[in-house]
Amino acid sequence: MAQPFRLAEGGRIDRARSVAFTFNKRGYEGHPGDTLASALLANGVALTGRSFKYHRPRGIMSAGVEEASAIIQLGSGAYADPNCKATQIELHDGLVAASLNCWPSVELDFGGIGNTLADLIPAGFYYKTFMWPRRGWLAYEHFIRRAAGLGRAPTLPDPERYEKRFEHVDVLIAGGGPAGIAAALAAGRTGARVLIADEQSEFGGQLLFRDSEIDGGGAADWLTASLAELSAMPEVRLLPRSTVAGYYDHNFLTILERLTDHLAPTISAGPPRQRLWKVRAREVVLATGAIERPFVFVNNDLPGIMLAGAAQSYIRRYGVRPGSRAVIFTNNDSAYEAAASLADAGVALAAIVDARDGAIPLAAEFRRRGVEVLSGHAVIAAAGGQALREVTVAPLAADGASLAGTASTIACDLLCVSGGWSPSVHLFSQSGGRVVYDEAEACFVPGKSVQHERSAGAAAASFDLAACLAAGHEAGLAAARAAGFSADESPAPRVVPQNMTPLRALWEVPALPGARGKKFVDIANDVTAADIALAAREGYRSVEHAKRYTTAGMGIDQGKTANVNALAILARETAGAIPGVGTTTFRPPYTPVTIGALAGRHVGEFYDPLRKTPMTDWHAANGAVFEPVGRWRRPFYYPRAGEDMESAIRRECRAVREGAGLLDASTLGKIDLQGRDVVTMLDRVYTNGWGNLAVGQCRYGLMLKDDGMVFDDGVTSRLGEQHYLMTTTSGHADAVLSWLEEWLQCEWPDLDVWPTSVTTQWATVNLAGPRSREVLQAAGIDIDISREGCPYLGVREAVVAGIPARIFRVSYTGELSFEINVASRYGLALWEALMTAGAPVGIAPIGTEALHVLRAEKGYIAVGHDTDGTVTPLDLGMRWIIDKKKSDFIGKRGLARSDLTRAGRPQLVGLLTEDPALVLPEGSQLVATGLGKLPAPPVPMIGRITSSYFSTTLGRSIALALLDGGLKRMGERVTAVLPDRTVAAIVGTSRFYDLDGERLHG
Amino acid sequence: MLLISCPYCGARHEAEFSPGGEAHIQRPDPAAATDRDWAEYLYYRSNEKGLHHERWFHALGCRRWFNVARDTVTHEIRAVYEMGAMPPEGA
Repeated sequence: MAQPFRLAEGGRIDRARSVAFTFNKRGYEGHPGDTLASALLANGVALTGRSFKYHRPRGIMSAGVEEASAIIQLGSGAYADPNCKATQIELHDGLVAASLNCWPSVELDFGGIGNTLADLIPAGFYYKTFMWPRRGWLAYEHFIRRAAGLGRAPTLPDPERYEKRFEHVDVLIAGGGPAGIAAALAAGRTGARVLIADEQSEFGGQLLFRDSEIDGGGAADWLTASLAELSAMPEVRLLPRSTVAGYYDHNFLTILERLTDHLAPTISAGPPRQRLWKVRAREVVLATGAIERPFVFVNNDLPGIMLAGAAQSYIRRYGVRPGSRAVIFTNNDSAYEAAASLADAGVALAAIVDARDGAIPLAAEFRRRGVEVLSGHAVIAAAGGQALREVTVAPLAADGASLAGTASTIACDLLCVSGGWSPSVHLFSQSGGRVVYDEAEACFVPGKSVQHERSAGAAAASFDLAACLAAGHEAGLAAARAAGFSADESPAPRVVPQNMTPLRALWEVPALPGARGKKFVDIANDVTAADIALAAREGYRSVEHAKRYTTAGMGIDQGKTANVNALAILARETAGAIPGVGTTTFRPPYTPVTIGALAGRHVGEFYDPLRKTPMTDWHAANGAVFEPVGRWRRPFYYPRAGEDMESAIRRECRAVREGAGLLDASTLGKIDLQGRDVVTMLDRVYTNGWGNLAVGQCRYGLMLKDDGMVFDDGVTSRLGEQHYLMTTTSGHADAVLSWLEEWLQCEWPDLDVWPTSVTTQWATVNLAGPRSREVLQAAGIDIDISREGCPYLGVREAVVAGIPARIFRVSYTGELSFEINVASRYGLALWEALMTAGAPVGIAPIGTEALHVLRAEKGYIAVGHDTDGTVTPLDLGMRWIIDKKKSDFIGKRGLARSDLTRAGRPQLVGLLTEDPALVLPEGSQLVATGLGKLPAPPVPMIGRITSSYFSTTLGRSIALALLDGGLKRMGERVTAVLPDRTVAAIVGTSRFYDLDGERLHG
Repeated sequence: MLLISCPYCGARHEAEFSPGGEAHIQRPDPAAATDRDWAEYLYYRSNEKGLHHERWFHALGCRRWFNVARDTVTHEIRAVYEMGAMPPEGA
């Protein structure tokens, strides 16, 4: 018979339609509105998986977010989703799910041997056994991880789309149960902008399965009317299937909205799979409800043992009978409502076991109905193979820690447990608030608010519906008022309050003397009461330590049903009180958030957006190999057919030294400087003087931090009386702009200077080589570019190949060179015009590697290559660039510090290896020993290689190095260390080529 | 994530700003400063637990610097004031 446990009527499912799904490769049917859990129960599937550590049979224990037992592998291939809670998976046609942690099948699981060996695997077993020897863990880990039960992550790329959005609201309400809805109505009626989010598919919380009368009518009618009213409010937004996952500073909260998880996966142009809301709320109402607690007794993890509220939910919301013959085990009133629902559904009530003694009106009422109620009793053990068969009950002594009479057994296939309720204080705790222990309700409740929030309803231990609705209403009004809205008193929903008999706190349930069997505290992680006791005995007395040692509360469910029981047992074992032990820290997220949602659209090419120059596509089309430079990709070299990297670079270098080369230098940072005081600022940010720079000239400058270390270098040009253009290294363009702004605003507010980044406004082409003047003339230029007409370090405006341009006579290669800036949109046209004009002289596009070889031949430093934030201009042998006449500049005082002026500092020198063919790897160490075998560590180091290339021009290798006291070691022979040997090199000047600089002038 | 009131733009998300460290650090007269003075200026910070005066830069907004008086324990922002000004009374 299909769905043998489906009730003939009732529930919020769509009985008119059926959906087919697969569980462990077997086909079943359910209805829209079912969860995977309710559909499995309807089909009589009690065994849903094997446990994490001991491979014990497990079933469905809850109906919601707290599920610690029915953890499922969902979907397959790229859509595989590991570690899902069956209670949260909405059923859809074609859904495929499987148990975790069993092989070959859930019924016949070889891993179950772990259960037989369980006594050998106590808390801390892995730490004690596999961490010695220390390296051993590396070998064991692979096997242990395979045996321990976790879902299998997909190995294919995620085909789904995700997105993120910001939202600003007056009132955010977390939770759409009665308190949340009452709050939303009260706040919404004031006109405040309200966002209410609920993790379930339907709003209503407990109203979806509880009988109550609200405002004189049925709860379901009140819910329908309330949701209709809220939907009609223009400033109210209802977000179903949306979990408020994190509560951060200044009322910033994140919500994970699941838009398509309840549908069959398809690649479509429809909505994204999930959306992460980043909400800034003026006020927050936490109406997050409460989670029912299980009891800790022998074999309390058998399939068929379920929270009482969950059983009620399966009957009333899903029309499913979770068993045939039930025992109720409770210490509070709430489970009696579940008992009534079970009776209505035709489930035989074998007994109600109530830990409380004395007069319990509800117990008396059920006795009148002929139900056996054992007050002052406890279920002390459960028994069964792969499903519950019977329970053992016994009277409790007054202290609750021992038994006071003989035990008896009751046959049943369903045990509904209710050990009290734990308010969901997770978000409150994340907000920075401290929870306090409520002795009467035996639970932690929110303490003083530290952010603009208030908790209402069951989240604040208002468990009676009347109190819950009243508190929600008040919280909504208070939140709206605090957000600046004047609230007309709209009436709170009216419900007749119920008198509740106080609960009797009961944590670990005593067992019969000599009884064997495990009492689980954390079902998800297979942590038992004995493990917690062991942790306490071994000295893990802090709740944070005991948690980590036993892993209680560290599973997929993060201990939502386990934590309070665990710390209560720890309190007993350490002879402390529960409030003294306290809770572990609640950290975001409340429930798992997919990495996809956190990434949103920032994946693939949007993960780290690529910056392109106007010529980037040309480079790619012409075979360039790229290298990353910040977010840019710059051509590294342009290999021709049959060329390897080395030969391509040698050819590019020759082109520049003998003919002409063309470099895309558009990535150079460019900062437009205007104002009356630009010269003053330049004098302060550069080490050299700028007062005599005439219009039409440019100059190289070195920028230091105030500690005296080199920060950046570049050329600044004077374009007009009060108009300059500064260039920076490609990597530091943003940092230099921020640096100038910081000093101008924080230290020199009196200076009139307006820095503006124009890096991407201009495309920059560097035309370099002895024949570059010829190329420029062939391309067409309207000004005199002779050695006299456009001298070295001159700046001109001109029209090049019909394009308005700025021409800077600067060089980083040591050759005659024209750096041409044109508006970005003309960059490609200029590039192509110069390539065409240069063809007769064999012009070659050159990449950054050839540029580096050429600049190193000249001994020009590359900031960030030859410097690392610990190098001063004096270390670089650049004393000439420091204007000693200036009273101050950034870094001047820093340079005078004793350590920066001492002898023996690392200084930049040139190195020539004795073997001219050998190119030392950059980063190689220089040591103060001779050649041959190194002495035992520590080996005395005296320097390192910063730049090293093969120079085609010189026909040999060259290197730059920072060498201790290097400027006084000219001609010395030093030892460089290679991975397999040591080699000798001779110290010399850091300039290797065209020492008098004549070639710069062309 | 803090909500920071830029004096020029209004309340904006923390991600728009860059922190600039402790505020009101005086750059000593370089001619008179000892090495110790200079090191204090470069490196030594109070690292307050509690009320802290610090600089922030609205990097992805107006690109203006300003001062913030913030409690480093609760993250409460007690005052926001312009560069060059001293903290308001009580902040």
